[in-house]
Amino acid sequence: MFAYYFQLGLRSLRRNPVLTALMVMAIGFGVAASMITYSVFRAVSGNPIPDKSAQLYTALVDNRGPQYNDQGEPPEALSYTDATALIKAHKAAHQTLFYEVAPSVLPEGSQSVPFTANGYATNADFFGMFEVPFEYGGAWHAGDDDGRAAVAVISHELNQQLFGGADSVGREVMLDRHAYRIVGVTAHWDPQPRFYDLFSGNGFADPVQLYVPFNRAIDMQIDTAGRNNCGGIPSYGVGREGWLHGECVWIPVWVELPTRADAEHYREFLTGYAAEQRRAGRFNWAPNVRLRDVANWLEQERVVPPESRISLMVALGFFVICLVNTIGLLLAKFMRRAPEIGVRRALGAPRREIYQQFLIEAGTVGLAGGVLGLLLTAIGILGVGLIFDPGIARLAHLDLSLVALTLLVAIVATVLAAFYPTWRAAQVQPAWQLKSN
Amino acid sequence: MIQIKPILAAMRHHKAGTVLIALQIALTLAIVCNALFIIQQRTARLSRPSGVEESNLFVIRSDWADKSDPQHTDIQMQADLLALRQLGSVQDASPTNSFPLRGGGWDNFIKLAPDQVKMTTDAAIYFADEHSLATLGTKLIAGRNFTASEIGSQKPRDRLSSAQVIISKDLAQRLFPAGSALGKTIYVSADANKPSTVIGITDTLQAHMQSRRTPDYAYNAVLIPARLLDDGTVYLVRAKPGQLAAAMHDATKALYAQSRMRIIDRKDGVMTFAQVRQRFYKSDLGMAILMGIISVVLLAITAAGIVGLTSFWVGQRRKQIGVRRALGATRGDILNYFLTENLLIGIGGVLAGAVLAIGINLWMVTQFEMARLSLAYVAVGVVALLLLGQGAVLAPALRASHVSPVEATRSV
Repeated sequence: MFAYYFQLGLRSLRRNPVLTALMVMAIGFGVAASMITYSVFRAVSGNPIPDKSAQLYTALVDNRGPQYNDQGEPPEALSYTDATALIKAHKAAHQTLFYEVAPSVLPEGSQSVPFTANGYATNADFFGMFEVPFEYGGAWHAGDDDGRAAVAVISHELNQQLFGGADSVGREVMLDRHAYRIVGVTAHWDPQPRFYDLFSGNGFADPVQLYVPFNRAIDMQIDTAGRNNCGGIPSYGVGREGWLHGECVWIPVWVELPTRADAEHYREFLTGYAAEQRRAGRFNWAPNVRLRDVANWLEQERVVPPESRISLMVALGFFVICLVNTIGLLLAKFMRRAPEIGVRRALGAPRREIYQQFLIEAGTVGLAGGVLGLLLTAIGILGVGLIFDPGIARLAHLDLSLVALTLLVAIVATVLAAFYPTWRAAQVQPAWQLKSN
Repeated sequence: MIQIKPILAAMRHHKAGTVLIALQIALTLAIVCNALFIIQQRTARLSRPSGVEESNLFVIRSDWADKSDPQHTDIQMQADLLALRQLGSVQDASPTNSFPLRGGGWDNFIKLAPDQVKMTTDAAIYFADEHSLATLGTKLIAGRNFTASEIGSQKPRDRLSSAQVIISKDLAQRLFPAGSALGKTIYVSADANKPSTVIGITDTLQAHMQSRRTPDYAYNAVLIPARLLDDGTVYLVRAKPGQLAAAMHDATKALYAQSRMRIIDRKDGVMTFAQVRQRFYKSDLGMAILMGIISVVLLAITAAGIVGLTSFWVGQRRKQIGVRRALGATRGDILNYFLTENLLIGIGGVLAGAVLAIGINLWMVTQFEMARLSLAYVAVGVVALLLLGQGAVLAPALRASHVSPVEATRSV
């Protein structure tokens, strides 16, 4: 019966071509607008590290005090003093610190032209904590951090560019005219949003190209290429040394705490650390610390751009209007066939059969709308670059799940919209219809 | 005089259709009003002046591949500038760290007293030399420009310590609302021992960032008379009129001729100011385009829905129309009937829609730091939707008016 009704539905699409076209277009446009904006929203609001997001925390310590902090909130990163102290304390299962670097890279060969690569100066724990996948080799060891070794991990993309994708472990790369030995090549790795570096506004930046040991970078006086926030404090030292040991914040610190109890302990440790700084005379205010997990941090830093939320909501409103429109048009389409329904009912079809027939017919309309919607979504996603930041636009893409969702939403929404018109159709009194004509 | 009572009575017979059309008009009005309002707000930002003479201006970002010592960088920068200014296609050039509409950069808190705890305001820091104003095409409205001898140099982690600064008009007004800022002392660095005297005030000059949280700082800028000896530098270059493309080509070539140990990004190392502007306002323009598309399609779909349902009603009532015509109603009467019916439904819809539009806006105000919806938008939306309804109903209504009185006799 389903197949037969489906066939009837297809045939009925051709019966009132204008009305049908209107409905299909309304559903198509409605679902496409929703799906295009949703594809962007999905990309920007996703969980970048689903299996670990509740175990990774960024640690924040107020080193400014109530006079200078942002409405009671500690700064969004740590000073060199605090960041290195937390790493040294080693109170979490794993802990990492980093800052953005942008060294010049000089490829091998006499004709080569230098270019700037972006990356992070960090420690060995970074790779395990953030689940960086490796193509060749691996992370450097904790000993390389302490030994301030000139080693580097490069990305799959940079490895392609420099070594044509060959296993480059053990070879050297020239960064700012100094040689670094490559110990690992990551596979393509680009969590979005880049939760760990929202401080520098890198939530949707291009993929990271390289990593070097933090201690080494500090020794080489590689300056931060990311944000540096001094927040109006009067004592930020003189020259590079003064700045380094001053109270400007520029280093995010993340810790891995597997259980809630670990997190509680770490929070106590952080508070204790701040209290100790107070006793030492560095802070003259009560400890003000934060331990924020990934979801909390994404929320706090408002990583989803308002454009994305507004456009998603407007598109959903648009879809609702398209559905209201569809209800009206389906009503017109179904009620036009009252005589036909009357005949069927008179010939013995129960109401249930009428329901089935018309809901399946609505489903066919929904399917046609979904196919049009899919087409429009595909075109729309190509045009997302016109509307959103390139960093965000590149994340929106039509994958299998979006295709399935588009069709599903179109069909389900249309069938839902068809409930009222179908109910009206099932109420048709056979006697009245047979009397006239 | 049109009889409203029979129309209302007839509506009771197709409640569902009436409610659906009214609902659609209401929702459409609510969304279109807010969309138009968003378009207006975003495009208003697009048309803000930057204070820069944008045509014939371009920007080169040059990073030092060798990251050599600051002294060497300083010498190289001066050589670069000399080479750029000597080019036939170039009118002027200046070094800086940042420029209006760049999208981010160095901001400092500005204070009026050395022991002040909270800042007075925040401003963009633009490193500049005596050529900067001419290169930007920004005029002084008071005071004087820097002289060549005042231009120093500093490393990025040194504190700002210039004795003279030039500030933008808006910053001047913000700092000294009562009188002129010229000759006054301000503190642009956290160092209490380094006051700066305002020697000049520019006309409007936009800052490099746009932060929705701090719109007050959008036009605050301080020009520091120094070359910043960082890992890279920006050169602002003004081409001779009509020679922009040639100057961009010549300048890049001249810089590479000066030294190969530099990196000028192929993608965005050299940008015209038009490109800078486009990049800065991309999301504003995009939002306006998106809202525009949605509004147009929405209105079209609502109109189509009205056409569809009214056509159905006309089809349903052919006999009744025939009877009315046979009883002496003119074509005009029939036409009027459908127009009036639509107007009544439309009025119901826009009343509900206006309330909804304001409700949605009030909610958005709390969520997205948006402004209050001006009632003018609601008024325009109401008129537009009523006209749209009348326009959409015209074709089916005309068809109805052409129903022949003979229809009354066809059956029953």
